[in-house]
Amino acid sequence: MLVKLAAIFFSMILVNNYVLVKFYGICPFLGVSKKLDSAVGMSGAVIFVMFMATAVTFPIQIFILDPAGLSYLQTIVFILVIAVLVQFIEIFLKKYIVALYNSLGVYLPLITTNCCVLAVTILVVGDYGADVAAHGFGYAYIEALICAIGAGCGFMLAMVMFSGVRKRVEACDPPAPFKGLPITLIAAAITSLSFMGFGGIVENLFNVTL
Amino acid sequence: MAQENKSKVSILTNGIIKENPVLRLVLGTCSILAVTTAVSSALGMGAAFTFVLVCSNIMISLLRKVIPGKVHLPCYIVIIAGFVTIVQMFMQAYMESLYNALGVFLPLIVVNCIILGRAEMFACKNNVVDSALDGVGMGLGYTLTATLMASIREILGSGTWLGFQIIPESVAKVSIMTQAPGAFFCFGLLMAGCVWLEGKLDARIERKSCCDLDNLKKEAE
Repeated sequence: MLVKLAAIFFSMILVNNYVLVKFYGICPFLGVSKKLDSAVGMSGAVIFVMFMATAVTFPIQIFILDPAGLSYLQTIVFILVIAVLVQFIEIFLKKYIVALYNSLGVYLPLITTNCCVLAVTILVVGDYGADVAAHGFGYAYIEALICAIGAGCGFMLAMVMFSGVRKRVEACDPPAPFKGLPITLIAAAITSLSFMGFGGIVENLFNVTL
Repeated sequence: MAQENKSKVSILTNGIIKENPVLRLVLGTCSILAVTTAVSSALGMGAAFTFVLVCSNIMISLLRKVIPGKVHLPCYIVIIAGFVTIVQMFMQAYMESLYNALGVFLPLIVVNCIILGRAEMFACKNNVVDSALDGVGMGLGYTLTATLMASIREILGSGTWLGFQIIPESVAKVSIMTQAPGAFFCFGLLMAGCVWLEGKLDARIERKSCCDLDNLKKEAE
């Protein structure tokens, strides 16, 4: 069981990396990865919000939407929950954990419309919702949360790696039409290429099928 | 009258060329990168996207004097999410293969920055007809760019275009083009081509990602 959870965690980071392989959250990836400290701050906020959002939306789907036959309201309900949650986190941090607010505060408004948060909440329902019947709610819930944290850590890995790549890219002198975003996208292509090498690693390492 | 007609046309074409949401404003990049593996899914996504954009623009323009300023963003999100749900249910019922091909990117239209951006910049300030035209123009701009990029990726990566064999089977395929790195690469080249063209036409603009932190700080001040 622990092996499967570890496999989920590492596959979310390396094989199914949300930014470089699945293309969720490209906007902050291109916009905020210029400096290492802002890349870390943004990813920290994303991990936190992803975890909280999954922790709230997964039970809502299993205990409220599914029994009531309202699964089609998933999109509306989830985006509203995420928007409210981000507001709530902002108010809470501002009042009680000022140090954390000072480092994450600027990134929080960006996160509501960050597609990786909505994506992870929708995807874990599809991937682990079926496990509720097979293994009980507790196990499926833990799987979903591990998946959310893994996805957030994968986001952080991509951001931190890419902020280093970007520093080198910006010191270069590309042909005039490539200056700025185009050369950054080409650099992202090469970074994403390196992640393709991880395909199949988790299945072989942990000897489980996901 | 002629003047008025001209301005209506310019609103429509604005989204296709001058303010092309993908290549010039650099918005909504996630879905562009993900759905352009095949021309059919790019067209399907473009159609779904255009429908949501036109409907939400019309709705927001109609309600622009009713929605209180303080809660305008949540209101916009609910309106957009409502239309996305309609598209989702329609596709699930009548176009199941497309629904499966687009996957989670269909609900992710809700958080696409183009739609929220047009609501914020255009629909909340203009009348219904102009907003609808703006939605059509922006939607067409998105669809055309997505189709162009998907054509390049599908022809090189699978040797087909919309399912028809273009490059003979015997020629080796560049299958990396249909995978993740090919998406970034193709988008980068397209954007560079666009910048080059702007240089020739003397119409260069500065490109920024929509989540640029410097922009945000400027706005906060």
